[in-house]
Amino acid sequence: MKVLVPVKRVLDFNLKVRVKPDGSGVDLSNLKMSINPFCEIAVEEAVRMKEGGGGHAPGAATEVVAISIGPEQAQETLRNALAIGADRGILVKVEGEVEPLAVAKLLKAVVEAENPDLVILGKQAIDDDSNQTGQMLAALLDWPQATFASKIVLGDGKATVTREVDGGLQTLDVELPAIVTTDLRLNEPRYASLPNIMKAKKKPIDVKTPADLGVDIAPRLKVLRTAEPAKRQGGVKVKTAAELVGKLKEAGVI
Amino acid sequence: MAVLVVAEHDNASVKDATKKLVTAAKAMSGEVDVLVAGANASGAVHAAAKIAGVRKVLHADGATLAKQMAEPMEALITPLMANYEAVLLPATTTGKNAAPRIAAKLDVMQISGVIGVESADTFVRPIYAGNALITVKDEQAKKVLTVQATAFKAAGDGGGASVETVAAPGGPFKSAFVSEEMAKSDRPELTAAKRVVSGGRAMGSAEEFHRVLDPLADKLGAAVGASRAAVDAGYAPNDYQVGQTGKVVAPELYVAIGISGAIQHLAGMKDSKVIVAINKDEEAPIFQIADFGLVGDYKALVPELMAELTKAGV
Repeated sequence: MKVLVPVKRVLDFNLKVRVKPDGSGVDLSNLKMSINPFCEIAVEEAVRMKEGGGGHAPGAATEVVAISIGPEQAQETLRNALAIGADRGILVKVEGEVEPLAVAKLLKAVVEAENPDLVILGKQAIDDDSNQTGQMLAALLDWPQATFASKIVLGDGKATVTREVDGGLQTLDVELPAIVTTDLRLNEPRYASLPNIMKAKKKPIDVKTPADLGVDIAPRLKVLRTAEPAKRQGGVKVKTAAELVGKLKEAGVI
Repeated sequence: MAVLVVAEHDNASVKDATKKLVTAAKAMSGEVDVLVAGANASGAVHAAAKIAGVRKVLHADGATLAKQMAEPMEALITPLMANYEAVLLPATTTGKNAAPRIAAKLDVMQISGVIGVESADTFVRPIYAGNALITVKDEQAKKVLTVQATAFKAAGDGGGASVETVAAPGGPFKSAFVSEEMAKSDRPELTAAKRVVSGGRAMGSAEEFHRVLDPLADKLGAAVGASRAAVDAGYAPNDYQVGQTGKVVAPELYVAIGISGAIQHLAGMKDSKVIVAINKDEEAPIFQIADFGLVGDYKALVPELMAELTKAGV
């Protein structure tokens, strides 16, 4: 079974987000960029399907291909996925932001060329928080989808996926090929070892362009401005529970 | 231009989120219809028809819609979009699952998690866990939006919309429901609760989490929430998680106990009317946004708070 894992390069999750003073966007200059945490979970799951572990038999996946859509530097994100254990990478080189619909179209073209049995993606990227790409790719391919996965059990021609939903947990069977998007509790990604980081440098990365794939990536939406949210004013420290209850009464919430 | 609101419901009645989405839709158009897709959902249809300002309720009923899964929801809604310029789904796990599937079939870009409607084609939404807000213009012929219900006031009752039946999609579909484990609770639902009591990693165990939070929640008639750290550590189930990747809540009273206040948690609760923080670390970021902060060990302070609430007649 071949598994394709799309990964996105985003602002490192530990860093503070600064809105540019002119409202034209978020300032990313000279800031550390990392693999989107949900994508890292997706890579880890795919690699466990190959190596065994996390409930998967060794060899359940025979090849793990990582793909990123981004600038030249997204090669680093791919190297990160290769260090976790993906076999090879594909970079679709683009400049600037690409909307989820265009990403899904690029991925569809790659899926049609690579013929994976399973595509595992992060449920959302922590920069635009869209939570769209996996579902859109499923629609474009007419494949079934299991989003927000906290457990994947591979079966004969199907996957049984447990999903984190608002009321609790829901389990689905999806026929393969299928799309799965990851939630936080699916696994804890490993720290890549130094030998694996070194090995990853030698793994192949194939570079393509949207034109190679015949996809128009022109944006559909216009971002008029970017602003900081209104700051919530911090309040007061109270000394005792009695004083707190008094304040809550004054505020009319109890 | 007509706008379709996809109802959040439990077949018997509509959830508050539906009424809030109607408010968002009315800011876009005078012609707002509501779709109730479910199985044996006539109770929800009656409730939806009573929402003020709704023109028509579309009722699709069938076994394939029982769990409102993405494939049948898309198969139902995409053809209906011939009659609508925009469709609004709640930014719940059900809405987030189905909406992009519809958008892709319509070949349009979706706008996720809308918190403001400036006009029929201009919307505000958060990015970076709510650390920035973008204003987006959508000039596509069809618009697909997921809407953060807590950002809108619920539309009132008093409407008398007509009901129209639409056929449920027959299938077959490539995904099948197997089972679910839904949390059973007598407490209010987290996203609709007027009061929320949340616990963090400081609780140390699942037993302690429930020992501390459950009595306080019961006393306040509150829902129980948790930080991501507490959910990751297994102290609370996933459906308790408040934050960027969990649920967004905006109750009248939010009590954060042993929660430091990571950015991604604040993104899920900062629009609460009154925030109380109890934490032993006086430098914890949660105090920067809390209206009332109480520094100290929750083990001593929560029982004191319970006693004071009793004294105050709560």
